[in-house]
Amino acid sequence: MSSAAPGSEPLERALARVRRAGADAADALLVDSTSVEVRVRDDEIDVVKQARERTLGIRALVRGSTGLRSALTSTSDLSDATVDRMADETAALARATAEDPAAGLPEGGFAEDAPDLALLDPADAALDVEARIDAARRAEAAARALDPRISNSEGSGANSDTTRVVYGNSEGFLAAYEGATHGIYSMPVAVENGAMQVDWWTSVARSWAALEDPEAVGRRAAERALRRLGAQQAPTCEVPVIFEASVARSLVSHVAACVTGGAVYRGTSFLADRLGDPIASPQVRLIDDGRLPGGLGSRPFDGEGLPTRRTVVIDDGRLASWLLDSYSGRKLALASTGNATRGVGSAPSAGPGNFWLEPGDASLDEMVADTPRGLLVTYLFGHGFNPVTGDFSRGAAGMWIEDGRPTHPVEEITIAGNLGDMLMGIDAVGNDLLWQGRTAAPSVRIGRMTVGGA
Amino acid sequence: MTAPTADRCLTFFRDRFGMDDRNLDRALGTALEREVDHADLFFEYSTQEAVSLEEGIVKSGDRHLEQGVGVRVQAGSRQGYAHSDEITVESLELAARTARAISEGSGAAAPARITSGARHDLYPVERAPTDVPVDAKVDLLSAIDAYARSLDPRVDQVMASVVSQHRQLLLAASDGTLVGDVQPLVRLNVQVIAADGDRRELGYEGAGGRYELERLLDPELWQARVREAVRVATLNLDAEPCPAGTMDVVLGPGWSGVLLHEAVGHGLEGDFNRKGVSAFSGRVGERVASEGVTVIDDGTLAERRGSLNVDDEGTPTRRTVLIEDGILVGYLQDRLNARLMGTESTGNGRRESYAHVPMPRMTNTFMLAGQEAPEDVVRSVDRGLYIASFGGGQVDITSGKFVFSATEAYRIEDGRLGAPVKGASLIGNGPDVLTRVSRIGNDLALDLGIGTCGKDGQGVPVGVGLPTIRVDQVTVGGTQG
Repeated sequence: MSSAAPGSEPLERALARVRRAGADAADALLVDSTSVEVRVRDDEIDVVKQARERTLGIRALVRGSTGLRSALTSTSDLSDATVDRMADETAALARATAEDPAAGLPEGGFAEDAPDLALLDPADAALDVEARIDAARRAEAAARALDPRISNSEGSGANSDTTRVVYGNSEGFLAAYEGATHGIYSMPVAVENGAMQVDWWTSVARSWAALEDPEAVGRRAAERALRRLGAQQAPTCEVPVIFEASVARSLVSHVAACVTGGAVYRGTSFLADRLGDPIASPQVRLIDDGRLPGGLGSRPFDGEGLPTRRTVVIDDGRLASWLLDSYSGRKLALASTGNATRGVGSAPSAGPGNFWLEPGDASLDEMVADTPRGLLVTYLFGHGFNPVTGDFSRGAAGMWIEDGRPTHPVEEITIAGNLGDMLMGIDAVGNDLLWQGRTAAPSVRIGRMTVGGA
Repeated sequence: MTAPTADRCLTFFRDRFGMDDRNLDRALGTALEREVDHADLFFEYSTQEAVSLEEGIVKSGDRHLEQGVGVRVQAGSRQGYAHSDEITVESLELAARTARAISEGSGAAAPARITSGARHDLYPVERAPTDVPVDAKVDLLSAIDAYARSLDPRVDQVMASVVSQHRQLLLAASDGTLVGDVQPLVRLNVQVIAADGDRRELGYEGAGGRYELERLLDPELWQARVREAVRVATLNLDAEPCPAGTMDVVLGPGWSGVLLHEAVGHGLEGDFNRKGVSAFSGRVGERVASEGVTVIDDGTLAERRGSLNVDDEGTPTRRTVLIEDGILVGYLQDRLNARLMGTESTGNGRRESYAHVPMPRMTNTFMLAGQEAPEDVVRSVDRGLYIASFGGGQVDITSGKFVFSATEAYRIEDGRLGAPVKGASLIGNGPDVLTRVSRIGNDLALDLGIGTCGKDGQGVPVGVGLPTIRVDQVTVGGTQG
């Protein structure tokens, strides 16, 4: 990969200095980002926020008799004096930690190609703050115009982040990539008979042109808020539960947390000893791909400079692979899958690139029609997932289903189960794969879960 | 009277970055050239250090230096905000011009200049926690690992960390506020995984606050936390699945105060109420809790994780009564929402860092103690659930519905604690749940300094507290129908 990385001087300075300070190996990450964020509410601007930031992260590895000692520092002060001081501190801090036989940079195999992953649309450089304000206003106006009951809101907004990432290490790898993320969202409030309901919708993409129309975002959000009006509590029962795509995504995130290398070697995942086993219904196929064109989690190389790639994690229900960085790979005697994620302030650890559940054939309407009595979940909240045991118990709202038809909105309920049972219990996968982040899912139905309610 | 720590802060930003009165005035003057209601400059220079252990060894240490300035301009309900990680006269000028763009009219007001008046000195420390040599932290973590493993052979994995922070702030505002603060923060985290046959369970404990790091090194403090983490992890090995349905629930003292934080605290934040999107909007003066229920937010408790000498807009923190004997009496305010609602800031304007716009946030939120012995509160329940501790929670401000997850819970049968249960969550309606409080214990306790509150993507340290209380007919989520 190209060694020309303009603006990488503080990084190269840090790498040289930390080696002189006694590091036997080192790497560094420089993240340079500009951001614009606007929110409007009714016909007033609420907030306009703009920034440029550059932060440097330095990792030092110091050799001992049985392994490497490691430490990490970061700084947003990139003056030569501070970079030198932080590099020295990194090496000193590393000497205070324990030797770890598994620590170290990858043993070669660094990315050599520079695929065009469509992470940035050059045309977007011309967008100004006004363009974002205009989009936010259009989303807000469309939400409020949909129905007189949309009489309030938490606002609508638009934001853009453009980030340049430079990574270099003491093996001589130095490369950079640039990407942008744009988003539009709307959070309207529906009011009827003194009761209020909020809901939201968002569109997120690597290019401004790929976003849904602001009006469509506002209308969709308003429809969702209106749909929640008049909600009742459902009875405590065991029924089939359909997760709409926008919330099914969080189930996929829970799985991601249990198949990443760190959770596996620490034994903090309920799936830790299940590699190769059937762990989900045969309809479940989960893919990770760090090179999906335009993907929100795409990048040409990972947080250790290794090329990103496609990994089938669950293959027709069978747990086929973990997601690994080089450290968790060494702990598990496996090769890295190019899934090192790293922020400037954190050491590399395994995490998903773009991680999604492959869509099936059924539309959401067909899935509902095929459910005699059950629950359609459209809103999930709370933190009730325990990766160690797989226990899942979260707050929910949605629509009650009788005779294959949504009858009325429900709220103030919990849904509970064990993620292992839930994966095995998936009996329908929708065709409506929805990308609102780096993890994604279509709608799914789970044959039986416990609903806690009245 | 200005505390010495604040003086040190003013000197620090003047000497290191040249931010003297003249440069501050000039930047505020640039912000004020348009027709604006308020402008402020927020400077931050902070160091954070974390040392962590897993698999019996301290695998990593990390240290982060964060510096920057945020410039804010308010005009009506509009806010312009620009931030930069360069603290120079030029970057400040640029940020001021960017932030003021939300206002069209010309104002050309001159900033007032006075140094702030009364403020607290709630967390003086001799030595910054980030200056304590890393070896002491490494030794502590190794001792924790050995101690945890000595307590029970079922302890399979110990993960522990010591996190320390030293934050220096300077706030200059167009109304003449000029105030600095030095904020120490330390935290110990202990996570234990116990294994027995096929079962594995987690126990988490922690402690911290705005005090010297040396205090965490006291064996009496950390050994108690380790024993608790091991006790909870091994207890849950024998826990049964939690029943689902509506039942009477008793909440234990301390960290269970997260119920107040989620169920009522967020709904009483000024921004949601100014916009009329909270389930509590327009309800001041109404009954929202049983008689005897008084809920307080207090940012002035010495050394507490949620405490501040001044909030992140320079307003001294205070004790604010939110619910008095069951009646809603007040909201939590920052400057913007207070001005728009015709009231004053309660010192609750907080931000995660210079890169974030302040919002009304909680500090330490708790319910005052009642009269009953905690055993009597439990004894009053025939069949129900006792929840000793919680993980995280979340609330939908607008519908008022909240949810949170238990980490240690037991069945109550015939007024006595029965078998432990796992995987329980509670769900309810904020404006309604406190009206179901039927008994209040005399054992108010605050949590041990582990809370972080998230709102609109910003995390800030907070505290909670609760006496033992009984809440009638709460919806419990579990797997047993």
